[in-house]
Amino acid sequence: MIIETINMNGYGLYVWSAFSFTLLSFLTLYVVIKIQYVKEKNKFLSKYETLNDKKAKIARSQTINQEILSSSQTI
Amino acid sequence: MFKLLEPNKIFLITSRAPKFVIALFIVVLSIGLLEALILSPEDYKQSHSVRIMYVHVPAAWISLGIFSSITLLSISGYIFKNKHFFLISKSLAPSGLVFCIVALVTGSIWGKPTWGTWWAWDARITSMLILAIFYLLYLIAWRIYRNKEQVIKITTLITIFGIINIPIIKYSVDWWNTLHQPASINIMSKSTIHSSMLLPLILMSAAFALFSLLIFLMKYNTELIKLKNKGLERL
Repeated sequence: MIIETINMNGYGLYVWSAFSFTLLSFLTLYVVIKIQYVKEKNKFLSKYETLNDKKAKIARSQTINQEILSSSQTI
Repeated sequence: MFKLLEPNKIFLITSRAPKFVIALFIVVLSIGLLEALILSPEDYKQSHSVRIMYVHVPAAWISLGIFSSITLLSISGYIFKNKHFFLISKSLAPSGLVFCIVALVTGSIWGKPTWGTWWAWDARITSMLILAIFYLLYLIAWRIYRNKEQVIKITTLITIFGIINIPIIKYSVDWWNTLHQPASINIMSKSTIHSSMLLPLILMSAAFALFSLLIFLMKYNTELIKLKNKGLERL
């Protein structure tokens, strides 16, 4: 049964390579986008830390900034 | 209506949604793979090689759908002067390109046992390759042009030229003699595909759609944080 599933009447190489290529492409794209996301988020946090109290207060007043800061605390 | 699409309101949803989308994607993909690779029957003519259809067809559908959405958003953004539409378009493009490449590569793998060749300059394959080139041009334009107004004009032009190719891809099998068979699934008329093959195709299409949604959300959040980084510099 297992050998039959792998071999697929001689078409196994084509079928498995097509599915593997698809899943590998998905994984690569996910990792690339995730790296970009983490990089931008870390850049934001390091910039935020350099702000003085007055500027930090202004930055915190914006919804998106609040969300980025709160999500970084949970990581 | 456009106020509902403001980044401040949307980010509350888009920043939390990926974890739910990824969970749903894993569930749907697992069921889809089980159906596509094991439970669905082999074809009487193509035998097990028909299973490649379950990754090839959804990838092609979604890459066409994403390019059409990018064009619609770019033109709407240009007409209504809404820059947020361009941010959504830009975030959709990476997954569109990957789906287009997946459709081309899996199509090539499918071509070898079915037609006896990895590649043919057939109307549909060539027009899909042209679509991949348009995706590349679109993404490169966003990378090389720094001026916002300029990049908006150029990317909109790329999508307008690229959208001409979409009906060519769709109807190439009817207009020319190609190696591809005519469409088996029709919304307007009865589909010619058996339900035992339609189910895995729908499941894999749903999984691919969820994956493109996941990538879109992650890319969109990244772009918004990038904008906020610039905002912090201006404080």
